[in-house]
Amino acid sequence: MAQARKPKLAVFKFASCDGCQLSLLDLEEELLTIAGELQIAYFVEASKAAVRGPYDLTLVDGSITTSHDAARIKKVRRASKFLVALGACATAGGIQALRNFKDVQEFRATVYPRPEVIKALDKSTPIAAHVQVDFELRGCPISKAQLLEVITAFLKEQSPVLPHHSVCLECKLKGNICVLVARGLPCLGPVTHAGCGAICPTYQRGCYSCFGPKETPNTASLSERLSRLGVTEANLVRAFRTFYAGAEPFRRESEAHEK
Amino acid sequence: MKSETIKVNYLARVEGEGGLYVKIKDNAVSEVKLKIFEPPRFFEAFLRGRHFSEAPDLTSRICGICPVAYQMSAVHALEDAFGLTVSGPLRALRRLIYCGEWLESHALHVFMLHAPDFLGYADALRMAQDHPEMVKLGLKLKKVGNDLVTFLGGREIHPINVRVGGFYRVPAKQELATLKERLKWALDAALKTVRWVAALPFPEYEPDYEFVALSHPQEYPLNDGRLKSSRGLDIAIRDYEGHFVEEQVPYSHALHSTLKARGPYLVGPLARYNLNFARLSLLAQEAARSAGLTHECRNPFKSIIVRSVEMLQVIDEALAIIEAYEMPDQPAVPVTPRAGAGCGITEAPRGILFHRYRLDDQGMILEAKIVPPTAQNQKSMESDLHHYVGQNLALPRERLTWQCEQLIRNYDPCISCATHFLRLEVER
Repeated sequence: MAQARKPKLAVFKFASCDGCQLSLLDLEEELLTIAGELQIAYFVEASKAAVRGPYDLTLVDGSITTSHDAARIKKVRRASKFLVALGACATAGGIQALRNFKDVQEFRATVYPRPEVIKALDKSTPIAAHVQVDFELRGCPISKAQLLEVITAFLKEQSPVLPHHSVCLECKLKGNICVLVARGLPCLGPVTHAGCGAICPTYQRGCYSCFGPKETPNTASLSERLSRLGVTEANLVRAFRTFYAGAEPFRRESEAHEK
Repeated sequence: MKSETIKVNYLARVEGEGGLYVKIKDNAVSEVKLKIFEPPRFFEAFLRGRHFSEAPDLTSRICGICPVAYQMSAVHALEDAFGLTVSGPLRALRRLIYCGEWLESHALHVFMLHAPDFLGYADALRMAQDHPEMVKLGLKLKKVGNDLVTFLGGREIHPINVRVGGFYRVPAKQELATLKERLKWALDAALKTVRWVAALPFPEYEPDYEFVALSHPQEYPLNDGRLKSSRGLDIAIRDYEGHFVEEQVPYSHALHSTLKARGPYLVGPLARYNLNFARLSLLAQEAARSAGLTHECRNPFKSIIVRSVEMLQVIDEALAIIEAYEMPDQPAVPVTPRAGAGCGITEAPRGILFHRYRLDDQGMILEAKIVPPTAQNQKSMESDLHHYVGQNLALPRERLTWQCEQLIRNYDPCISCATHFLRLEVER
């Protein structure tokens, strides 16, 4: 019997730190097995060889910040059967979405002596703002275990099984003592999407929400609790305005505390 | 008049997006551009108005490959501004997490990005079909590096445990001891790696670079020392901006750095090795000699050997740190912000990484400046392309183009970092 064709995997990068696609290479123990199951057809960071689409599984890292990239993501979508957005940049615009609250002209002038030659859009936007996305994987960076689950589920033609609860539940499962209740540390765990394994509380610091808002987060209630701990309005603005600043619930909450 | 171009629109096996362009006219190289089209992300702009305590976590997002480097340069610069010195076991733990990052970053480059060039493969996965043992060994070495970062930092990419003054949580001695077995295996694996890369075929090419690296009287440089060069520069970290300038070129999103009145210079493993050979551990020196190197190495293709020697160095050092470690009473030194400015330079795997911050009396950032290693190496990369292509015009076009790419990969460029930084098109 002829061997079935291996599905083609492609990895594309937009504005990002490269960390989420690096997570694929960080699957040191599984990488050779993955390469046995999927044809790595397009992955510039790892290979000189590039095979044309269409691609069966496409992983997209990064946000859209230039008109060139806004056009490129449409081409990527057309060449892709199942498209997964990886990480905070691809799912919410990333840390570079802080520009969405500011004047980009001024930003350019801060970094570059001749700002006129830098082409950038005034907003950093997630992939789903431009094309249909089939699955979103959260985190800054993503969890490589979750990436492995997405790839495995794809190969088995199943839906990935990933948690939708908050970081709080991960903390409880780990047996951590609550850093907010017991130590009065400001912690965004109650409103933050699970996936990291509650590493910050495990290391004795409050969660800073690098996985962004969970489903139906009660950000106003958490803000009130944090205020009682002495967190100022300006600090609340900054707390909700980091790696998921562009996610709607966090954008709204940060703006509610801006005078 | 005959004109021709060598172009690589999208450089593979580098971190981030860049291309290369070399124009050849009348049998001489007339123009070279290393193009960086990775979109800018404006870190220095949005750092203004943030609290100093956020800088290590925010700046780590510049680079998923070397986040620890960003965290280290940030904390050193901020501690400089606040007049704070972190010493003893906290300083040792900082070196330890940095050892982990060097190991994972160098193993990634040596095995996954660089070695396939020498053996003629498009990537490490194809190389693995003929060299399965070495690729598996490389992946395992990389994992040991990542294990070290994860152990101390919570996770391998964007670790969460580094703060101004020290850490959020420090390990007990017996916890740290659990890493020893893996590191001992890694020591043997790194020795094997040095022998393996020493046998690769190297093109003859030895430019007269000015090497720039940190230098420390007792240590192979990681996060402390004076800034020295192979042509006599010897300055304090604070004086960096008095001697180096950044300029913008229209074809790149990365600013180019030069040494004032002198021009291009080179940072990274070759620079560190040439300026600090005597600070390598005896084991690392011995391995370098057995690989055919002396205390000097100017051939950028041989940076793969130097990276392998540096892997050995950091594994050796990590074992020594773990052996000597005593758990400190406090995970961090208390920090009191004050108005002022501070500078920090540490040795990222790719070379020196400069941070400067100006702050108000509440510790809010008024101004930030970051100069990543790849931005500093752009001029040397262009100069390498210019000279190497000029010397090798007789080579078949396909081979020359591949070697142009390899010249750039010799630097292990990190374009995500350098943007405010890479695309190389070669025109003939």
